[in-house]
Amino acid sequence: MSALKIEKGSSRHSAYDLRNPNDEIIETHTLAVVVDNEAGVLARVIGLFSGRGYNIDSLTVAEVDHMGHRSRITVVTSGTPEVIVQIKAQLGRMVPVHAVHDLTADGPSVERELALLKVTGTGEKRVEALRLADIFRANAVDSTLESFIFSIAGSPDKIDAFTELMRPLGLTEIARTGVAALTRGPK
Amino acid sequence: MAQQMTGARMVVQALKDQGVDVVFGYPGGAVLPIYDELFQDQGIKHILVRHEQGAAHAAEGYARSTGKPGVVIVTSGPGATNAVTGITDALMDSIPMVVLTGQVPTFMIGSDAFQEADTVGITRPCTKHNWLVKDTDALAATIHQGFHVATSGRPGPVLIDIPKDVQFATGTYLSPTEAPVGHYQPRVRGDVEMITALVEALETAERPIFYTGGGVINSGVLASQLLRDFVDATGFPITSTLMGLGAYPASGKRWLGMLGMHGLYEANMAMHDCDLMINIGARFDDRITGRIADFSPESRKAHIDIDPSSINKVVRTDFPIVGDVAHVLEDALRIWKARGRRLNKPALAKWWAQIEEWKAIRCLTYKRSETTIKPQYALERLEALTKKYDRFICTDVGQHQMWAAQFLNFDAPNRWMTSGGLGTMGYGLPASIGVQVAHPDALVINVAGDASFLMNIQEMGTARQYDLPVKQFILNNERLGMVRQWQELLHGQRYSHSWSEALPDFVKLAEAFGGKGFLVSDPKDLDDAIMEMIAYDGPVIFDCLVEKHENCFPMIPSGEPHNKMLMGDAKTQDAISTSGAVLV
Repeated sequence: MSALKIEKGSSRHSAYDLRNPNDEIIETHTLAVVVDNEAGVLARVIGLFSGRGYNIDSLTVAEVDHMGHRSRITVVTSGTPEVIVQIKAQLGRMVPVHAVHDLTADGPSVERELALLKVTGTGEKRVEALRLADIFRANAVDSTLESFIFSIAGSPDKIDAFTELMRPLGLTEIARTGVAALTRGPK
Repeated sequence: MAQQMTGARMVVQALKDQGVDVVFGYPGGAVLPIYDELFQDQGIKHILVRHEQGAAHAAEGYARSTGKPGVVIVTSGPGATNAVTGITDALMDSIPMVVLTGQVPTFMIGSDAFQEADTVGITRPCTKHNWLVKDTDALAATIHQGFHVATSGRPGPVLIDIPKDVQFATGTYLSPTEAPVGHYQPRVRGDVEMITALVEALETAERPIFYTGGGVINSGVLASQLLRDFVDATGFPITSTLMGLGAYPASGKRWLGMLGMHGLYEANMAMHDCDLMINIGARFDDRITGRIADFSPESRKAHIDIDPSSINKVVRTDFPIVGDVAHVLEDALRIWKARGRRLNKPALAKWWAQIEEWKAIRCLTYKRSETTIKPQYALERLEALTKKYDRFICTDVGQHQMWAAQFLNFDAPNRWMTSGGLGTMGYGLPASIGVQVAHPDALVINVAGDASFLMNIQEMGTARQYDLPVKQFILNNERLGMVRQWQELLHGQRYSHSWSEALPDFVKLAEAFGGKGFLVSDPKDLDDAIMEMIAYDGPVIFDCLVEKHENCFPMIPSGEPHNKMLMGDAKTQDAISTSGAVLV
């Protein structure tokens, strides 16, 4: 490293020059947090987000290793790049946390979410709902003469798009699971 | 050899196996089985406090003055909630502490039982980790893991909530060596490449400074020694946060004094103008940085911290090094020596000349008085008359705390106990009790304010019961001095509720508690009274009536950078700008 030649008044070598010029840009990241499935672990993780003012856009939790009592928490969060780094560091230092994976930063990943939509109506709207469901590869998992429940799996964007289309066709209720995600490739 | 025993017995056994010789606590319904075991086993000394907050602060004092974890035992419900302030204080200042709380029996949890509180829920954000143990077989391993978590990595408080039926039931005891090791193993060695990069930077630095904090003390005595070696070998100036005082001796040649809001002029100016800042175990707290955008604008910054989340949290770092202070300093020293101990000596000489100019301002100068005791004068005399002792100083929170940090000098680590991060009034008396328990023959002084002192006054009873000769040195201005100072600076001298109209007679109070009281108001009587206080073998309340309207200077007004300090003769009206006013 070269000598520090800093002129008085200059901030050329200031740490602040390292600051990302896109500082105020809000990024959305999908984090996978592998934790011990012990009592209160979800409250602990959520408490970190609320206590420090971080956002949770989506949250999915389930035990993924029954023998090892490990759960995987997939959380979609948003914030400036600094905040995202800080969230990962704060999660990483928690005692029951084994690993924090940033699926957005670690390269391409697959994200899937499941949604159930109840659409009620008759006549042309009902036919149109069924037709669109077919296009989106949503399945009708319950049907009456004036309603369907569609099951759709896909990226959150796809589910958003399908939801918007169903709204004028009689969408009355929706349940979404939140995102499950894995990085692509063998690792 | 795994043994069968009750949960309550396990608690005592586990504490003994962890090397605990003293606990601070208060019994109640949900911990009666544990107290029964303490009664039958004299291996652990129990200090009965008068309020559970006192137990937590006493454990903090014990921990800070010994480097060992402090242990607290309290009952369910109010016992646990009363301890919360002390637990939060320990979290903010990274003090290792193990808190054992009783809980209603497992089959009654959730029924709003008598003295039931969701202790793990309440303490989740104020502990490093906590556990509710529902199975006696898991109790011993959980306690051992609790000690491991409290003392590894960045230290902090842990809490173990033990329902009463778990204490009565019999299970298998595991010793610390038999208990499963958790995966929690924070990294202690720093990245060698980054340490080398830092060494390269310090070889050429023109205006370097060491900025050290409580992490050096927490890392242990070796870290303080290595820091001294490093500072002496490089000749770099060193300043420290409130929490780090004593890691480098105040009598050392390179010492600039404390930095920050009420830090010394030379320390803050050097921080502002440096070109290489080496942060060792400090966390860029807002009391230190002032206005972030103008914080040390020309420097490259190294940050050595065992907690990865501290790095780049507040200030962007050029040399981030995650690791234990002692390990990293050892590596840095070794690498620097191996590369030929290079330094930019001509530039350093100029840097020191500049620093000497700042020092010559003598920022701690205050207006002396023949008739009233200036708080600064009281501390100067206390310093002069006690420095020959290996003394331990605690403080409460406020002006007196800052004056104590400015006017008392510390040449060794673990001699200075103060509530830094949380700023807990009422910390000092119970903390001094914890210190005195750990060091029965030492001179232990709590520098207090009249308002802070009353917040845990009941602990005088504890001091008397255990013959702890703690000296409570009150700088009594009949005011909430720091609140009053801010009201003067910021709120047009409207002193809203910041004075005490009905203070007790502290001398009588001392006598009522079985101690000795001193009342001093004339500067001429001060020395003799201090000598008498030191000589008295028992708890003392020293009521030192000081100037009521003294402000604590120097001061960086909130929202201002390091080079805009208010000095002792500053005009105080409107000293804080509108944007600074919203800051604490």
